[in-house]
Amino acid sequence: MTETLLQVNNLKTYLHLAGGVVKAVDGVSFNIEKGKTMGVVGESGSGKSMTASSIIRLLPPNTGKIESGNIIFDGRDVLSFTKKELLNFRGKDIAVIFQDPMSSLDPVFKVGDQMSEMICAHQNVSAEEARKIAVDSLRKVGIPNPENRMNSYPYELSGGMCQRVIIAMAICKNPKLVIADEPTTALDVTVQSQVLKLLKKMQKDLNTAILLITHNLGVVWEMCDTVMVMYAGKTIEYASAGELYSEPMHPYTWGLLDSMPKLSDYMKTKLTTIPGSPPDLRLTGKCCNFYNRCPYVQLICTKEVPQLMEIQKGHFVACHRQTFAERLERGGSNQ
Amino acid sequence: MLKTILNRLLQIIPTILVVVSITFVITRMIPGNPAATVLGPQASVEDVEKLTEELGLNDSLWDQYIRYLGNLFKGDFGTSYSYNMPVMNLIFSRLPNTLIIAFTSIVLAVLIGIPIGIVSAVKQYTAFDYISMVLALIGVSMPIFWLGLMLVLLFSVNLGWLPSLGMGSIEIGLWDVISHMVLPVGCLATIPTATFARITRSSMLEVINAEYIKSLRAGGLKERSVIYRHALKNALPPIVTVLGMQLASSFTGAILTETIFSWPGMGTLIVGAIENRDYMLIQGTVLFTALAFVFINLIVDIVYMMINPKVNYSGKGGA
Repeated sequence: MTETLLQVNNLKTYLHLAGGVVKAVDGVSFNIEKGKTMGVVGESGSGKSMTASSIIRLLPPNTGKIESGNIIFDGRDVLSFTKKELLNFRGKDIAVIFQDPMSSLDPVFKVGDQMSEMICAHQNVSAEEARKIAVDSLRKVGIPNPENRMNSYPYELSGGMCQRVIIAMAICKNPKLVIADEPTTALDVTVQSQVLKLLKKMQKDLNTAILLITHNLGVVWEMCDTVMVMYAGKTIEYASAGELYSEPMHPYTWGLLDSMPKLSDYMKTKLTTIPGSPPDLRLTGKCCNFYNRCPYVQLICTKEVPQLMEIQKGHFVACHRQTFAERLERGGSNQ
Repeated sequence: MLKTILNRLLQIIPTILVVVSITFVITRMIPGNPAATVLGPQASVEDVEKLTEELGLNDSLWDQYIRYLGNLFKGDFGTSYSYNMPVMNLIFSRLPNTLIIAFTSIVLAVLIGIPIGIVSAVKQYTAFDYISMVLALIGVSMPIFWLGLMLVLLFSVNLGWLPSLGMGSIEIGLWDVISHMVLPVGCLATIPTATFARITRSSMLEVINAEYIKSLRAGGLKERSVIYRHALKNALPPIVTVLGMQLASSFTGAILTETIFSWPGMGTLIVGAIENRDYMLIQGTVLFTALAFVFINLIVDIVYMMINPKVNYSGKGGA
C-alpha cells in the first residue's frame, strides 16, 4: 500500500503587484505518494513554478502570498511551520532542482565549498566529513575526478555538469521529495536523457518522490506515475500517466496532446496549435478560464467556474462538459 | 596571478612617465615667475633675476625636464621654492594629518554606508529603504563647502560644542584631538557614506534576485548566511571599486574640507603650492597622488581576483 507524502488542497497563491492581484495559483490540488513521480504540465505562466515555490514557501518577497488552501507534508502542516522548521524542511526533507543549472550555483564559491556548506548546515558532521559526503555523491552522479571537481568554480563546468552537481547536492540531503522545475529545459538533448536517468536512479536508490515540472510531454510519459495538467493557475485534470495518455478528458489536455509533434506527422507541414492565448490572470475566477479557446464551449462555461471532480477513480477533471451525467467524445481540437 | 601582478607593475612605469611629463608642461604654463612670488612684491628686479638664475629657471625647458627626471630616478622630488625644504619632507609632514581624517571618514563610511545599503536592498520598498535612500541622495548631492559651513555654524557658533578650526594637540589631551576631528571627519564622510549606501543597495538588489540566491534559500541556508556570505560576496566588486577610488583620492586630501577647517593637510599644501607657483611642490604632490592612485588600483584589481575567480587580467581562462 502506498503512503501519501505530500498533499496539496485547493492551494491559492496570489501576487500582489502594482497592476493588480495576479492569481498565479488559483485552486491547485494533488497528492504525491512516497517514492512516486508526479508530473506537472501546462504552458508558460500556468502557475507550475509558483506551485513549486509555494510548497517550499519561497515566494517573491513583498508580493507573493499564499491566500488559502493547505499543504500537508508527511503529516505536518507546511503553512504553519516556524522559521526554524521551515529551514529544516528545505534543508532535509526537500530538494529543489531549478531550470537553469548554470545560474543555480553561486559563481564565486567553489563547488565543493557550496556542497559542504549545505551539508554542514543540516547534518551534524564535521567539515571534513561533509567534504567526504560531497565527493561520494559527486561520484554517484557520474562526475569524473570528483576530488578535483570539488575545487572547480561553477563557470568551469558545463551545463550538464552543473545539473549533476545540483543533483548531487540533492542526494547529499537524502530528501523525501525532489522538486525538479524543468530540470532539462536548459540542457541540450543528449544531456537531457542522462539527467533524467540520473533522477530516476536517485529515486530508486533513495525512494524519493519527485515533483517534475516540465513542458515536455514525452518526458512525462517516460518518468511519471501521475500527471497534473494546469491551466491559468488551476488544476484542470489530474490522473495516472497511463490514463491521461489513453483517456484524457479535458479539452485543453486534448489540445496539448494534439500539439505534440509525432514522427508519423512527417507529411504535415504545420504543427497543430491551440488557437488563442491564456487569459489575464488578474481577471480570472468568474468562469471557465479556457472557454474562449475551447471548441466545446457552452453558455454555462462563461458563467460558472467548473469544479475539480473525480469522474473516475483517480481521474480528476474540471470541465462543465465532463460530468457524471455528460461525457464528451474526444474529437480533433480544431472543430 | 603573480605574473599578472608583475605585468601590472610594469604598466605603471609608462603611466607615471606620462603623468610626470604632463604636470611638468602644465606647471610651466601657469603665468607668473616663482622667483618673484617667493621674494614678494617689494623685491628688486636684480634680486628676482638672481633667484631665477639660482633656481635654474633660465635654462631651457628641455634641460629643466631632463634634470627633473634625473633627480626623480635618484628618488629626489626636488626642493620647494617657497618652503625651502625638500618636497618629500613636506609631503610626509602633511600626509599623516590628511590620512588620519581621510581614513577615519572612510572607515566610518564603510561601517555605516554598506550595512544601510544591504538592509535597504533586503527590505526594498519599505519605509527604511525609502528614508535611507532619500538621505543618501541628499548626502551625495550636498555641496561639501556648504555642509562644512553649516556644521561650523551649528556645532561651533550656535551650540559651542566643538572647535571650528585647526588640529588639536595630543599634549592637551586625547579629547582635544578628537573634538577637532569630529567636524572635518563628519564633513568628509558624508559623500562616501551616501555613495556606499547607494552602490551597495543597487549591487545587492541585482544579486538578490539571481537564481542562485533562490537556490541557496531553497536549500535551507539561513538568511544571514545567504545575504552576508553569498549575496554580499557577489555584490562586492562595484563596492570595492568605489572604495578604491575613495581611498586613492583621500591621499590628495580634501581641498575644500581642509580649507574650511584650516586643517594642515595635503589639500592645503597643494593649494598653497599653486598659489606660490611652487613648481617642484606642484609636480611632487601630483606625482605622489598619481602613485597612490595606480598602486591602490592595483590592489583593487588583486582584490577583484580574490573575490571573483572568473576575473583574470592575463586574458587566459574565464568563460
